[in-house]
Amino acid sequence: MVKPATTKDDAHALFYSLRSAYSATPTNLKIIDLYVVFAVFTALIQVAYMAIVGSFPFNSFLSGVLSCVGTAVLAVCLRIQVNKENKEFKDLPPERAFADFVLCNLVLHLVIMNFLG
Amino acid sequence: MAASTDTTAAPSSTLRNASGNILAFFILLLIGVLAFSIRLFSVIKYESVIHEFDPYFNYRVTQFLTKNGVYDFWNWFDDRTWYPLGRVIGGTVYPGLTLTAATMWKALHFLNIPLSVETVCVFTAPVFSAFAAWATYLLTKEVKGVGAGLTAAVLLAMVPSYISRSVAGSYDNEAVAIFALIFTFYLYIKTLNTGSLFYATLNSISYFYMVCSWGGYTFIINLIPMHVLLCIVTSRYSPRLYIAYAPLVVLGTLMAALVPVVGFNAVMTSEHFASFLVFIIIHVVALAYYIKGILSPKMFKVAATLVISVGLVVCCAVVAVLIAVVASSPTKGWSGRSLSLLDPTYASKYIPIIASVSEHQPPTWPSYFMDINVLAFLVPAGIIACFSPLSDASSFVILYIVMSVYFSGVMVRLMLVFAPAACIMSGVALSEAFDAFTRSIKFYAFQTGDTVSASTVSMENNVKEIEKKEESLKKRPSKKNKKKEKENVEKPLKKSQTEKRPLILPVEASVFALFLTVLLAAFYVVHSVWAAAEAYSAPSIVLTSHSRDGLHVFDDFREAYAWLSHNTHVDDKVASWWDYGYQTTAMANRTVIVDNNTWNNTHIATVGTAMSSPEKAAWEIFNSLDVKYVLVVFGGVVGYSSDDINKFLWMVRIGGGVFPHIKEPDYLRDGQYRIDSQATPTMLNSLMYKLSYYRFVETDGGKGYDRVRGTEIGKKYFKLTHFEEVFTTHHWMVRIYKLKPQKNRIRGKTKKSRSKTSSKGPTKTRTITKKNPWH
Repeated sequence: MVKPATTKDDAHALFYSLRSAYSATPTNLKIIDLYVVFAVFTALIQVAYMAIVGSFPFNSFLSGVLSCVGTAVLAVCLRIQVNKENKEFKDLPPERAFADFVLCNLVLHLVIMNFLG
Repeated sequence: MAASTDTTAAPSSTLRNASGNILAFFILLLIGVLAFSIRLFSVIKYESVIHEFDPYFNYRVTQFLTKNGVYDFWNWFDDRTWYPLGRVIGGTVYPGLTLTAATMWKALHFLNIPLSVETVCVFTAPVFSAFAAWATYLLTKEVKGVGAGLTAAVLLAMVPSYISRSVAGSYDNEAVAIFALIFTFYLYIKTLNTGSLFYATLNSISYFYMVCSWGGYTFIINLIPMHVLLCIVTSRYSPRLYIAYAPLVVLGTLMAALVPVVGFNAVMTSEHFASFLVFIIIHVVALAYYIKGILSPKMFKVAATLVISVGLVVCCAVVAVLIAVVASSPTKGWSGRSLSLLDPTYASKYIPIIASVSEHQPPTWPSYFMDINVLAFLVPAGIIACFSPLSDASSFVILYIVMSVYFSGVMVRLMLVFAPAACIMSGVALSEAFDAFTRSIKFYAFQTGDTVSASTVSMENNVKEIEKKEESLKKRPSKKNKKKEKENVEKPLKKSQTEKRPLILPVEASVFALFLTVLLAAFYVVHSVWAAAEAYSAPSIVLTSHSRDGLHVFDDFREAYAWLSHNTHVDDKVASWWDYGYQTTAMANRTVIVDNNTWNNTHIATVGTAMSSPEKAAWEIFNSLDVKYVLVVFGGVVGYSSDDINKFLWMVRIGGGVFPHIKEPDYLRDGQYRIDSQATPTMLNSLMYKLSYYRFVETDGGKGYDRVRGTEIGKKYFKLTHFEEVFTTHHWMVRIYKLKPQKNRIRGKTKKSRSKTSSKGPTKTRTITKKNPWH
């Protein structure tokens, strides 16, 4: 049949174009993306562990998962602000963006450590 | 402000800017002083005392906190209330207000200013209302500019709705919570406008302060996701939106879970689900925009079709699971109070306690005019002004006012959340109107005077803008301004389609309109000051009345609590209706059975049943609770209408809801609660009737005329068998009774079989049954 084949071809073409477009991004952004993937992966591991072992103490589970999700979100925000293609942030120096990122992470982890129990 | 001239000398414009900034600063300072002073009427008219009921609990908690420190406060289990259950204060109170007041007290003491805790508590609310006015200035400045900000700030400083909950002495959660609400919204809008992660962090911290302060924080955590959704749907998504929203959700949920009152409810109740849903949605949208950015359009179409076909299936599965989980809980995961907001009839059907609180009733139409006055018809003008131009910030304010109008219509207490939104909108409207009028007058003044370089330059700028437009539009203004204009070319008289085309009105009309606007504002000021002075300054613990021979002061409540604290033992238990629980523990320092927290409906029903039962049964119930004293509020002598007989219907209803032997029709004659000769025997025999009207005929020489109900009472001469009166205040407003102890010897049928020496022994075996040894 013609249709599934074209869908498959489309999927392949899409995959390749995504890959080529992504490899064109600068290295610093790729490092941030890697960090985001790592944080999300850690969160998933924690959820799987909770599914096996049970959710007590719930506050520890919550703080663990939310710390991973939180750093991922903040890293995405950093990536948005550092990305040269974003016209809205072109006069924001990347040092300032990183300083904000560090500050927000400090607050996040302070709260996490308080809530971890 | 009118566009400052770029081509003229720079120093004059910076001087203008600098003087404008200084002027704005001083105006803000004055606004703060105004907000503080207008709330001081109660201190001037009465005294520096804490008002109402709930503030006494907060005051007691603050006293404990300043005396014992934060750790003891956080882990405090209070055994002086809800006897014998007790109450976990650390886990059931919103600590923001008390922590704020204790911090201020500590700071003042560190500076060697020895203010008492009570003084700090009384003046917390006015101080924070000044901060709230400044926060309104900041928020409205982000939406429309400095002029609108100042106008909104001065409106909020005086709006009667906010004054009613933040007078000096009203030491309640809303005193700091409204400031936290406005400040959180300001930081959210600032993050949205600037895209700075620093402000996002501050936003989360401010949200944390809001969660600490008030249960109304759920309004924030539902309004902001709604706004994000609105922005996404109206194709206003931008990276700044992501930075404004996503860190707030994560940090905000964590910080909300930190507060013991909220705890795990932050992730498990339906009030927060909206934020998680929109969190997922914004990530999907962000990913979609990102992929759209890096792919070619053709490839993006392919990706879109693939994702949609797969994603729809996954979405349906997830939604089905979610619905199953939520539907399995009886209240669909919402708490009682939130449900009563969504479905206004819910409380009256299922939770009579929530329905009985007068603050939870829907407001009447006159209360809108009383509470926000002139703003009621400035708000629609403000909404229209926000639409031109529509920015992220102005769409947020529009959504805020629409939501708060709905909720204020459900519960009169939430008029307080509506007031800041009304002030912002009215500030915008007034400022735009002022701008239009003064621009017309300035334009006219520049027209008729010598050619000032500024005016020609501004006209040249306008000429350039005009030349960009089509020719047809030029015809209209020349027709309109035949009277005034000497030069036809630079006529920026077109109706404002964009902000570059200012609207100029005829000068007489604008002068007259300016005068009318000032008059309107004057009406508002007069009404606000009147409301603050007359309507909202009563402390309700001290009552006054004016008569021909001067001012009468009714200080009966404090008299009764002082009597209790001086004439009873520290461990004695006092039973009264739940309204007076907080005041009794705070001022009389005695253990109470039920108080205003109303967390245990069965316990309240027990007290209500005891009040509605005859003396014997009531004595039994109170004795089982170790009660020594019963306190009753009675207004029949002076005409105080919030007394316990008027609240009796709730005692019957709540008691009857738990104990079926209390049936409301037993107390009703023709559907009304009556205490005169037509009253039912159940009513005349109830403890509440007896305790209220015992010896009442002695006050007016035998007639027994109840000034509140307006009739003579039904049963006039009776004796109390199980209670004895120990104290009645000066105006008979508070009456305290003591439970008579059980008699040592029992009269009646068992008397003959007893020997003279040992009366207790053999009779004890015979009277083990529940029979009351009185008769």
